[in-house]
Amino acid sequence: MVAPRGNSSNPARIPALGIRLLVLIFISILLMYLDHRENHLDAVRKAIGAAVYPIRLVVDAPVRLWAWLGEATTSRSDLQREVGRLKAERLLTNARLQRLTSLEAENARLRALLDARSKVRDEVRVAEIMAVDANPYEHNLVIDIGSRDGVYDGQAIVDANGVVGQVIETGLMTAQAVLISDTDHALPVEVNRNGLRTIAVGSGEIDRLDLPFLPNNADIRAGDLLVTSGLGGAFPAGYPVAVVNSVTRIPQDPFADVTAKPSAALDQVREVMLIWSVPSAAQEPGDAVVQDDE
Amino acid sequence: MSRDSASHRLPVIVTFVVGLMLSIMPLPEAIAPFRPDWLALLAIFWAMQLPRTWSVGSAWIVGVILDVTYGTLLGQHALGLCVIVFITVRFHLLMRVFPLSQLTATVFALLALYQFLLFWINGVASVSAPLVSYWAPVITGTLIWPFLYMFLSGVRYRAQARD
Repeated sequence: MVAPRGNSSNPARIPALGIRLLVLIFISILLMYLDHRENHLDAVRKAIGAAVYPIRLVVDAPVRLWAWLGEATTSRSDLQREVGRLKAERLLTNARLQRLTSLEAENARLRALLDARSKVRDEVRVAEIMAVDANPYEHNLVIDIGSRDGVYDGQAIVDANGVVGQVIETGLMTAQAVLISDTDHALPVEVNRNGLRTIAVGSGEIDRLDLPFLPNNADIRAGDLLVTSGLGGAFPAGYPVAVVNSVTRIPQDPFADVTAKPSAALDQVREVMLIWSVPSAAQEPGDAVVQDDE
Repeated sequence: MSRDSASHRLPVIVTFVVGLMLSIMPLPEAIAPFRPDWLALLAIFWAMQLPRTWSVGSAWIVGVILDVTYGTLLGQHALGLCVIVFITVRFHLLMRVFPLSQLTATVFALLALYQFLLFWINGVASVSAPLVSYWAPVITGTLIWPFLYMFLSGVRYRAQARD
C-alpha cells in the first residue's frame, strides 16, 4: 500500500471489514454456544484468566495497602484493647468448643446406635476476598485461591457467621463465587427450630433472601434461624444461613411471603472459609475409635 | 512503519489495561451498577482515531478478555464490542468531523446498542439481571464521554508529538 497508514485522512475503506465482522460474530456465537451448553471452554478461560491475574492483583493492591497501613499505624493502646478482647473471646469460644467435642462424640455414639450414616466432617481453609468486582449481572466475589489449592466448582463458602455462597468458576490462582443473595442462587435450608425444609432464593438485594415456597400454614415465624439442610449436595448440613425477619401470610395466595436476612455480612466480608467435605467413608475409622472409648 | 505502529500501539494498550482495571475496581454496592463501560468507550475512541490498527479484531480480543474477567458467557462482550467498533470504523470519517455534542449523541446510541446486545444475549442464555445494570452504564458512559474524549485526544497527540 502506498498511501500512509494510521491516522491519515485517506478515505479508502478498510478492506473486508464486513467479512471480518461476520466471521467474528460467527465465532462469538459458536463460543457462547459451547460455553453455555457444553462447558467445553474451561481451559480457554483458565488461560486467559491467568493473564488477567496480574491486573486483578494491581487493582487489589491499594485496598490491601490501605488495610496494611491501618494495621501498621494502630496505636499501642488500641492493640492492647484488641488483644484483651480477643483473649476474652477465645476463652469463651474454647469453653464452647469443649462442650462441642463431647457433643460430637455423643452424636457419633447415638448415630451408631441408630445405625445411621455418620455425619461428614468438614475441612476448611481461609481465603481472602480480592477487592475486585466481577460480573455486573450477578452478586459475586473473587477469592485469592484457585484450582492450584484444590478449589472446585460448586464448593461451599462460609464466613464466621454463616453461608456466603459457592464457587462457580475456578481459575488457577483465583476463583469466582456467587453469593447466596444472587437472583440465580437457591439454597436448600431447614428451620433450625423444627426441621421444616424449604429453599432460600436470592433476592438480588444483598441483605435479603426470599423463601417463596412456604405454604401459609407453615410453622415459621420471625426470628427463626435457617440452616443448610445438606439436601442439595453442594453445601454441608448445619451451617447457619439466615434469620427470618418477616412472615406475611396472605389468605388468598397459596404461599406465604417470607423474607430472611443472611447471617453472613455479605457485603462486608474480607476473609471467607472454603469447605471441603471429607467423604464419610474416611470418617468410619474415627467413629470406631469413638465407640471403643465407651 | 513498524516504529510507527508501535508508537500507535503502546498508548492504546496502556489505556485498555487501565480501562480493564477501572472495570473491575471495587465500588460500593449502591453505585456499582452505574459503572460506565470503560472498554466500550475506549474501543469507540480508538476505532474512530486509528481505524486501521484498532478495528473489529482487536475489539473482539478485548471483549473476550473482559468476558473472562467478568465470568460472563464467553463471547458475549466480544460480540457487543466488535459490532459497535464495526459501526464506528464504518463511519469514522463522519464521526471525526462531528462537533462534540453530536459525537456524544452518537456514542449514546452506540452504548445503547452495546447494552442491548448484552441484554439480548443474557435473555437467550436466561441470565436474569435488574434492568438498571444495563441502562445505567449507558447514561454514565455518555456523561463521561466528552471528558474521556478530550483526555484521550491529549494522550494521542502527546504520543504522536514524541515521534
